[in-house]
Amino acid sequence: MQDAMKAMLQLHEVSEFLYKEAELLSDRKYEEWLDTLAEDITYRMFVLRNLSGKAQPSEYLEGPLDISWFDEGKETITKRVQQIRTHQHWAEEPPSRTTRYLTNLRILETDSGAEPALVRTRCNFMVNRNRNEADDHCLYGHRIDLLARHQGTWRIRERKIYINQSTILMGNLSFIV
Amino acid sequence: MFVDDDLFAQEVRQIFGRAWLLVGHESQIPNPEDFIQSKMGTDSVIVTRTRQDKVVVLLNSCRHRGMKVCRVDEGKARAFTCPYHGWTYSTDEERVSRPGELAGVPGFDVHYEGRLDKAEWGLKSARVRAYKGTIWATWDEQAPTLEAYLGGMLKWLDSALDHRNGDSGGSTLLVGVQKFRVRCNWKFPATNFVGDASHAVTHNSANMIKLNPSGKDGRRDERPSGHAAFGWPDLGHGGLGFLPRPEEEFPRPDTFQQFPAASNYLRAMAREHLRKRAGGIHYQGKGTIFPNMSFHEDQPRTLVVHHPVSATETEMWRYYLIDADAPDEIKDIFRHYYMTYSGPGGMTEQDDIENWESATRQSLGGMGQGLPFNYAQGLGESEPCDLMPGAVWCGRTITEQNQLIWLKRWQEFMEGRSWDQLMHRVEVEHDAVFPLKRSTAGAK
Ligand code: FES
Ligand SMILES: [Fe+2]
Repeated sequence: MQDAMKAMLQLHEVSEFLYKEAELLSDRKYEEWLDTLAEDITYRMFVLRNLSGKAQPSEYLEGPLDISWFDEGKETITKRVQQIRTHQHWAEEPPSRTTRYLTNLRILETDSGAEPALVRTRCNFMVNRNRNEADDHCLYGHRIDLLARHQGTWRIRERKIYINQSTILMGNLSFIV
Repeated sequence: MFVDDDLFAQEVRQIFGRAWLLVGHESQIPNPEDFIQSKMGTDSVIVTRTRQDKVVVLLNSCRHRGMKVCRVDEGKARAFTCPYHGWTYSTDEERVSRPGELAGVPGFDVHYEGRLDKAEWGLKSARVRAYKGTIWATWDEQAPTLEAYLGGMLKWLDSALDHRNGDSGGSTLLVGVQKFRVRCNWKFPATNFVGDASHAVTHNSANMIKLNPSGKDGRRDERPSGHAAFGWPDLGHGGLGFLPRPEEEFPRPDTFQQFPAASNYLRAMAREHLRKRAGGIHYQGKGTIFPNMSFHEDQPRTLVVHHPVSATETEMWRYYLIDADAPDEIKDIFRHYYMTYSGPGGMTEQDDIENWESATRQSLGGMGQGLPFNYAQGLGESEPCDLMPGAVWCGRTITEQNQLIWLKRWQEFMEGRSWDQLMHRVEVEHDAVFPLKRSTAGAK
């Protein structure tokens, strides 16, 4: 009973954090959003291939040297934010309008003994991006995040993004997924 | 030009039905029976290595009713069975007389009374040429060799495919092809990469945030001097590269200085390159190979194909090159740079894509459709370059000579010229001559 209570509280706490984080992006508060990323974050969005059902376990390219859509740390993510702020990043000028949905959030594992405490979560996501007069795109998939809590503050230490598109159907991915 | 459906249908036949096209890389099919699905123009093709270790390219359309026989991006097979009525095509030359031949038909004895000529009803196969790892194909048996088709551009392609240490070949792909749909006409990216050096304003933001791997201004390391646009008026290829000069005189400044391991690697490779090629001439450049393949020899080192989908849609496939035997740590540094630069997630390419999509959309307008575009930059200032056989230049990067050269080739293909005419083995009456500088025009 107590364990279930604890788990519920933790799920609540983690979901509050992830919703707030998504909100910062939709609200274009990118500098504040950067503060939710651990300094040593790894952020990766994998390339998906159309393979036969039998080969399905390897449909995402997850090898350490495989090409991804994104695979980077905080330094270049920060550059992405700076690029938007130049107001000369034409793919984001005028800026995209994005709405993010997170669902099916589950905690996969926790290590409260670690310092900082760690939680691994899985959720589904949808990002809608609308820009210019008639560009309207959606990206669906699921995400596995590793969150770390240090002195009461959560940070994202690892984000692995698994999208459903094998071919990107929207020209560019200039918004932060 | 950029939105017309009839013109697009002609391009598919006249250009993509005849030209040499990049379909993949040998590292994608290292073992017998490995295959990938690729594209030639608007057609899906199977690129496979047979049991007999031969690379073949087959049209991915069943000869019975046209069903796609291979429907996955990659895998391993020596036969492809059509999911519609079960016709089976084999690539095993122990079983069939040529790879792709029809090997099995359900009801062959009963419903066809054994009278179906299997040799005649195989998958259509293309002519193939593997070159330093890259795989090229053409549907046209009359086409010249790939080498003749590339002409002087081959040396620049070499500068992308050769090992940094000067060895011939020796590069491979990082695993993974970035495939992305851009709502633009395929000619926009093709003629962007043919050497449009004047679109700097596009990349203001990438320059301002210093993507430069040495932490300096700009988005890539500064280029040594002597960088200029070169185009091959007889072949349609062109790009930006260096005026050839003796290896000993080619500057090799440090690059990737924010990443000491990569910087050291490149310095060591450059020394080896110089030692191996001393006494030779240094050729280096990037650009577009007519019609739809572009490459970059450095920063990022990449190949890209602009597959036409419709008049207003293009599917770009980006491949990334790396020295095959480089240490993993080095590969990883380059890989990171490539991914932050190119593709739909790349901080540079995103803004290019915006241009191509927007220019295509504007060309759909009632007035926009018929609006003539201006290609006058540097017009009449180009001259033949003795150091680059077949090429013209005007001594600088900023000129639209290469776009004009590409468009001239486009027209020659669209007119349905013979290969004798296309390769200038015979004269074409009243042929348009590429406008050269007055003083040198007579010399050609
Ligand atoms: S369409 Fe392929 S067997 Fe009929
Ligand atoms: Fe560009």
